[in-house]
Amino acid sequence: MYLTTMQTVIIILAITLGTIITRFTAFVLFPDGKDHPPVIDYLARMLPASMMGLLVVYCLKNISVFVYPNGIPELLSILLIVILHLWKRNVLLSIGVGTALYMFLIQVIFI
Amino acid sequence: MDSKKIVEIKKAFRSAFPHTIPVFTGFIVLGIAYGILMHTKGYGVLWSVLMSALAFCGSMQFVAITLLTTAFNPVQAFLLSLMVNARHLFYGIAMLDKYKGMGKSRFFLIYLLCDETFSISSIIKPPEQVNKKYFYLAVSFLDYFYWVLGTFIGGMVGQLLFFNTKGIDFVLTALIVVLFIEQLKFQENRLSGIVGIGCTIIGLLIFKADNLVIPSMIMILIVLLVWRKLKCI
Repeated sequence: MYLTTMQTVIIILAITLGTIITRFTAFVLFPDGKDHPPVIDYLARMLPASMMGLLVVYCLKNISVFVYPNGIPELLSILLIVILHLWKRNVLLSIGVGTALYMFLIQVIFI
Repeated sequence: MDSKKIVEIKKAFRSAFPHTIPVFTGFIVLGIAYGILMHTKGYGVLWSVLMSALAFCGSMQFVAITLLTTAFNPVQAFLLSLMVNARHLFYGIAMLDKYKGMGKSRFFLIYLLCDETFSISSIIKPPEQVNKKYFYLAVSFLDYFYWVLGTFIGGMVGQLLFFNTKGIDFVLTALIVVLFIEQLKFQENRLSGIVGIGCTIIGLLIFKADNLVIPSMIMILIVLLVWRKLKCI
């Protein structure tokens, strides 16, 4: 440990507080039972898919295209996931096979 | 608690569990990795579990390891936490309707609203015969439980892992990709999905991996609002 016990507790609480604020803001600003402005209803409809798109990129943000293996394992695995999922529509199958391929690629092929 | 309620809760857990299996895999593995990493920095299982149980914010917790191993700076920790977790703000707006009328349970649902729980609960519809509130609570609780459990295992016995798990954390990327495809099944989601991907790629190219969240969110917001103006929705 680098910090004292008290300092560590304070850091943990500071991070917790930051997280809580980001999670509760929307619900505090637009409480239950009250009508929200139409623009919020519009955003509530549109944001789920947008944020999933953001998350997809967020998950892949640390890949560098210019450094070996150039994101090829990720690209191949995601391609397989997309094809398999459009074909079979089985969530667990797509995730399981896609992850297995990725592990195989980075452990055996792209070492 | 009366027996009818218990039956309802059990039913909700049974129906929610299959949806959380990928999260189970990912959170146990990443939780173990987190527990081990904290351990190697001199923070035992008590600390890693405390952080996971209170803050419950996956990627930020990994970032926070750096904060625990440099000079004491709680203000920086707080601000960094706000920035890395800013995406939760939009999850909140997106879940306003789904978490409507949930009474006291709302507090827990909001507190536990992480990326993976949001991904599942924003797209999966609880089956007709299952209580909606209990279903969402079950998804949130299970995901939370996996993360804390994984952290605990990592802190306790992490070094003894016996098979090569390299790359298994890709399971969470796979989950997100699959749920994104599920979102795009609905025609009305396609535009906003593409806006999300496009803006975040631009954010990544301009602001780089460590600072992409807030600029990307702002771009998404602007594009969606401009689109609304143009279409007069």
